[in-house]
Amino acid sequence: MNTVVLLACTGLGLGALYFLVASGLSLIFGLMDVLNFAHGALLSIGAYAAWWAATDGGLGFWLAVPFGTAVGTAASVLLELALIRPLYARPRDQILATVGVGLALPALIMGIWGADARPFPQPAALAGTVDVLGATVPVNRFVLMAAALVVLVLLRLFLAKTRYGLIVRAGVEDRAMVTALGIDVRKAFTLVFAIGGAAASLGGALAGLYFGSINPGQGTGLLIFAFVVVVMGGMGSVTGAAVASVGVGLVQQFANYYTAAGLGDLSVVVLLAVLLLVKPRGLTGRLA
Amino acid sequence: MTTHLKRWWPLALLIVLVIAPYSTLPLPGLLDGPLGSPGSLQLIALCLVYGGLATGYDLLLGRTGLLSFGHALYFATGLYATDLAMLEFGLGFVPAAVFGILCSIALALLLGSVSLKVTGIGFSMVTLAFAQAGAILVQRNPGGLTGGEEGRSTPAEHLPDALIGIQNTANLYWIAVLYLVVTLAVVHWTVSSPTGRVWAGIRENERRVEVLGLRPYGFKLVAFTVSGGLAGAGGVVYLLLTGGATPQAASSDATLALLVMVVLGGSGTRWGPLLGGVLYTWAAHRLGDLANSASIAELPSVLRVPLSQPLFLLGTLFVAVVYLLPGGLAKLPARLRSGRAAKAAKVSVTAVPEGAA
Repeated sequence: MNTVVLLACTGLGLGALYFLVASGLSLIFGLMDVLNFAHGALLSIGAYAAWWAATDGGLGFWLAVPFGTAVGTAASVLLELALIRPLYARPRDQILATVGVGLALPALIMGIWGADARPFPQPAALAGTVDVLGATVPVNRFVLMAAALVVLVLLRLFLAKTRYGLIVRAGVEDRAMVTALGIDVRKAFTLVFAIGGAAASLGGALAGLYFGSINPGQGTGLLIFAFVVVVMGGMGSVTGAAVASVGVGLVQQFANYYTAAGLGDLSVVVLLAVLLLVKPRGLTGRLA
Repeated sequence: MTTHLKRWWPLALLIVLVIAPYSTLPLPGLLDGPLGSPGSLQLIALCLVYGGLATGYDLLLGRTGLLSFGHALYFATGLYATDLAMLEFGLGFVPAAVFGILCSIALALLLGSVSLKVTGIGFSMVTLAFAQAGAILVQRNPGGLTGGEEGRSTPAEHLPDALIGIQNTANLYWIAVLYLVVTLAVVHWTVSSPTGRVWAGIRENERRVEVLGLRPYGFKLVAFTVSGGLAGAGGVVYLLLTGGATPQAASSDATLALLVMVVLGGSGTRWGPLLGGVLYTWAAHRLGDLANSASIAELPSVLRVPLSQPLFLLGTLFVAVVYLLPGGLAKLPARLRSGRAAKAAKVSVTAVPEGAA
């Protein structure tokens, strides 16, 4: 029982991390049809910015996380304005450009801070454990879950209650029609990129907490699982991404523990292929 | 004279490539040692293998319009299957190589028949998922077969004597040249066959191919299988050159590198992918050497850090090519010509009114 609770909490924490990466990825793909291969790099930027602020910068953990998120957001806005927007008429080249950025940015981080994993400073308040139904669970799992929950609620409020949320939702359904109604969708593109970058870099800062250390390849390693979540949840659907990320996180943890190590990762990846083949439109079936 | 030059330059280049091991021409800057030295031959052979791999990958990307993110899987299959056939079944090199290539073809046929059920970005992600599954499997070392992180080195006792040792590097080099020629021939032949015409049609407009009464699925599967087989053969040559199979060959980075090569050189052109593959491989090696050299170490850190990361430079170059040079390096001469023609046309247009006045 203890093991099950611990595995469930760890799986949920991992799922929360996946959600932070996948929610932005899903919105970007849903609205702009850009599969953003640089999204993992944005996560790494957030992670390293937060780490730098917490160690060399002398900011405390609670200021370092917003700092990392701000840097990641700025980077994603820059990426959209400088690289994605000029290639608007060439969709495949947009993907290729993000592939190039996804290769270059982690390499740059590696050049500056080295290839080795860096220990991420843990604040005293989050370093301990709590007892849940007899199992000893590290506190940071709950921090991740709380962060993902807050992001989910904020995103839902933004999409449901604000004018720009309405434009984004309409753009996901039918971009051409929104443009035909005289609304400049490109502002929404930048906005969605900013939101996605913010969520991913927040995920990066918190990934340091979850894994205890950060390394340049971390973001790219998480990206493939975020793809799984995006496809399972239906591209462009935030709620779908939330459900799928919980599912993927739990399946991965339990399969890794109860079967051979690594089989969980393998099963999730194979799940992606099977899902796409059985239901090419994703689980919620909203968009291809 | 010039038409002869245009027609026969590939053959001239091939002759130069074949006789290169007998040359002691020093190429400072380009290569460390003289042209015929084992180190240089090894690097050139590696460049040629990647040139061939990129040409085979372009059969999917540039000729049929399929963006596969899983090509490294078939390369790694050829690599590992050949190595394991020698290590575990005790086969000789030639039967093992045939076995390895057949494994690649079979896997490409199997996974291609499944992946091609979805189109567009879905296809890219299914191929990525399969390749990632393969990469995880290789990493986890099932049953001690793949050797995990370490990989498995080739057993020297199963290789012919002519392929072992540094004094025989030229033989490996000629095998790489042969692989490249075979790949170019297969790609050229299939692309100009009736099937190749249908590939071009699928690339331009799949729906119209369907309207013509052809089923794109079968044609795409042929392209996927041929391309997978060529990648497997490349894996065999790579195994000989590097003397072992390592899990980096299966990683998604390996596929992305192929993608970068093809786009860099010019996808959908005859020589573009080859050019891109050679250039990328050479640059990655030379930049790696450059990063460790003294001249870089003395630079201020603003310059030193980016210059010491080959992947950063290559990624940036890739973005620049995508952004500034659509069509890749192969289209550069044509672009320059048309640019000059446009300029000349502009001059003549402005000149006419002056003349009239």
